Amino acid sequence: MKLTDLKESLNLKLINGNIEDIDFDGVYAGDFLSRAMSHVSSGNLWVTIMTNTNVIAVASLSDCAAVILAEGMSLMPDALKAAEDNDIIVLSSEDTVYDICVKIYKTLNENE
Amino acid sequence: MSEAVNFHFDVDGENFSSAGAASANVKKKLRQLGLSPEVIRKVSIAMYEGEINMVIHANGGTADVNVDDDYVTIILADTGPGIPNIELAMQEGYSTARDNIRALGFGAGMGLPNMKKYSDEMDVQTEIGVGTTITMKVKID
Ligand SMILES: Nc1ncnc2c1ncn2[C@@H]1O[C@H](COP(=O)(O)OP(=O)(O)OP(=O)(O)O)[C@@H](O)[C@H]1O
Ligand SMILES: [Mg+2]
Repeated sequence: MKLTDLKESLNLKLINGNIEDIDFDGVYAGDFLSRAMSHVSSGNLWVTIMTNTNVIAVASLSDCAAVILAEGMSLMPDALKAAEDNDIIVLSSEDTVYDICVKIYKTLNENE
Repeated sequence: MSEAVNFHFDVDGENFSSAGAASANVKKKLRQLGLSPEVIRKVSIAMYEGEINMVIHANGGTADVNVDDDYVTIILADTGPGIPNIELAMQEGYSTARDNIRALGFGAGMGLPNMKKYSDEMDVQTEIGVGTTITMKVKID
């Protein structure tokens, strides 16, 4: 599914990156970095409430399509800089991790 | 590739926010060398976890990466406190990370298990008060 469509239907706010022509195929939700490291596959979305630079390092190493920050979180200043430098797409939502995942699930099903 | 390639990095133990820089650098270089995405993913995960462990548990160290025709070899060496019980440390969920470290998202106790899982060979040499050297090999197929 296209990230631009997801942004629209979940009313996500773009914090960094260019989402034109970006697709995603699967979601991982969780905050422990070494868990995310092995479970976020290339092209996945990663939903988390963590906002420090280490999140950007893991997102970059795992080739995730985008990071979605839950509960209206924004990136720490040095994390935003790292996201800019490494072209990591970051979006945020006012919803909780659970609600974001449910909404992504519904959106995916509607688009099938 | 006929000639082996080597990379060396000093890993800063003070700076949590730049932690992972050596792994990110190696990932870029392996891409330039044209290695497969699977090999790059395995190396990235294994090396990142080892690099982070040196930062949060051992006050930094060095990382050496060697690429030849058959393997990417990663050697992580530190002069930190050593690992008292390596069998325990290798268990999923075991962590001595303090609260301030956990607040950053570390401390799931999955680093060493990930290193074992994503490398094809792993050797740990550790001595209390002297340091830890971990060698991991990822096969290039
Ligand atoms: N280089 C090291 N020097 C000293 N102790 C280490 C080193 N690497 C790991 N350890 C010890 O082994 C434990 C387990 O390491 P592991 O990487 O599996 O988990 P963690 O680093 O605590 O958490 P996570 O990796 O999930 O963020 C650590 O908590 C620490 O006590
Ligand atoms: Mg670790």
